[in-house]
Amino acid sequence: MPLDPMQLEPAFWPFLIATVVKMLVVFTLYMVVVAYSTLAERKVSAWIQDRHGPNRVGPWGLFQVLADGVKNFVKEESMPGDVNKPTFLLAPAIAFTMALTAWAVIPFGAPLPTPWGKVDLIVADAPIGVLYPLAITSLGVYGIVLAGWSSNNKYSLLGGLRASAQMVSYEVAMGLSVVAVLLLMGNVSLPQVVALQAAGGWNVVLLSVAAFVFMVSAFAETNRVPFDMAEAESELIAGYHSEYSAMKFSMFFIAEYANMLTASAMFVTLFLGGWDIPFTDWDTTGPATVAKALATFAIFAAKIGAFMFFFIWIRWTLPRFRYDQLMSLGWKFMLPVALLYIVIVSTGMLLLDVAGVARGSGTYFLAFLGLNVVLMGLLFVILDRGRLISPASSRLERSRVERLRAVAAARSSIAAGEVR
Amino acid sequence: MDNTFHPLFYSFHFYLFGLIGIASALLFVTRKSPVAAALWLVNVMFCLAALYLMLDAQFIGAIQVLVYAGAIMVVFLFVVMLLNLGHPSELADIRGNGGRLAAGAVGLALLAEVAVLTRARFPAQLTPKAAAALAQVDQPGGVIAPIADALFREHLLAFELTSILLLTAIAGAVVLGRKRGAADAR
Repeated sequence: MPLDPMQLEPAFWPFLIATVVKMLVVFTLYMVVVAYSTLAERKVSAWIQDRHGPNRVGPWGLFQVLADGVKNFVKEESMPGDVNKPTFLLAPAIAFTMALTAWAVIPFGAPLPTPWGKVDLIVADAPIGVLYPLAITSLGVYGIVLAGWSSNNKYSLLGGLRASAQMVSYEVAMGLSVVAVLLLMGNVSLPQVVALQAAGGWNVVLLSVAAFVFMVSAFAETNRVPFDMAEAESELIAGYHSEYSAMKFSMFFIAEYANMLTASAMFVTLFLGGWDIPFTDWDTTGPATVAKALATFAIFAAKIGAFMFFFIWIRWTLPRFRYDQLMSLGWKFMLPVALLYIVIVSTGMLLLDVAGVARGSGTYFLAFLGLNVVLMGLLFVILDRGRLISPASSRLERSRVERLRAVAAARSSIAAGEVR
Repeated sequence: MDNTFHPLFYSFHFYLFGLIGIASALLFVTRKSPVAAALWLVNVMFCLAALYLMLDAQFIGAIQVLVYAGAIMVVFLFVVMLLNLGHPSELADIRGNGGRLAAGAVGLALLAEVAVLTRARFPAQLTPKAAAALAQVDQPGGVIAPIADALFREHLLAFELTSILLLTAIAGAVVLGRKRGAADAR
């Protein structure tokens, strides 16, 4: 059948061209941001550790990224013996592609007016919305698992095994925390989630517990410290990518930052109001203008930047969990909390509906705010179990101090006895 | 998503994903290495998801990827890797000429069934119920609402019973697994 332009929908060609342009722009920006996140990681870690960080290539080390890229391209690609070649080559590509693809449904700004009509700043407004990035990022684990399996190295295999168990476990908690969002929003379409948050308050306030569970799961899903079991260098050399070199190694590195960026975008869209500018209705009401599109895009970028900084900050602050701690946190704490929270949120919504409080009204917001303040307090008390925060803020009782001293004295005498 | 795509665009992708799916399925049953077979099966799932999307069943497509490719097959791979099976040629499950003949016969029978089914006339018009469900896709609630309605209103009891059945099965598996483990430890 010949392709006759007259049979097409009139809006087909502008739609196609706009989509292709958006894909190119998003891809380019994404790659640049991913590259510069590696520099940001090194700069922030240097700042946290009171060092200078990379500062030789270009002003403030800004061209370090280019130097690293060139280095990785011209290095020798080694191929270890007895690797499963197709899988070994496929794994880095899978790891990176899945993180990138998930970005298609994230709205990144208010509609942009053009001479050919209004262009929504989202690559593909898929009706399944939030399910799409969840589905795609759940495939990212294949990259790590296959890299571990095909490397013909026991440490790589262990890293791959850990990664698959960890990511499948935390996917459950992440999915259930998103359910709370979907309940309150009543829709899975991400532009609608953003619009409802702009109207009725951000989800991080309305659904703080879900935001917390999602955030912890995001760290586990991206294999970042404190959950970087898959590449724990003190235990597994470098885990799943021990055998990789040059650009193939670099692909895993890019994939890690791409995953962080995707997780940040998901968190920002689901819980931090997406591209909504807080405390003003200027961005969501009235006709679309270029200024609005640019301002909302800037605020979206700023929110993602803040969350990326949070990722890096945590990495250089917290030590790594033990593997069994990670698993029991996921299955015995995060999963029940997320389930219980769904019950609480739906009960709260039902009660408010019965009481005749309209969705998106001030009372609704305040009711959920109060509920979440109480729940977050409870959550942190349970997580702390009287070990960290409460002892630091209260004096020890005299009897307890004496008991502790007696124990310490007994221990030191035993130790001395052993030496003798 | 609108249904106004050019027919050529539609049929091109239908045949593309259909052919890739069939080729992957053939590779899936003929590979000797369990990991390679599992990967080809993932590819089949992907192609099925793409076909679901083209049928405007976006939810089923997403769930296909999320559940089958993203969770179940990962656990399969996990088990295969954990057992660390030996050399692929030693554990191939393709046995003798008798087995191959039987498999070929079953394949032919299935092909014949497909041929018969394609000749049967399906209702060209949508039933009123299906048309109503399709119209609802554009309503607030989107593609999820028709499925949620069916699951949580029409068939609520059956749905809840199924979930209890699944829960029982999981609990049973854990109990049986623990019993065996305890016996081995002794």
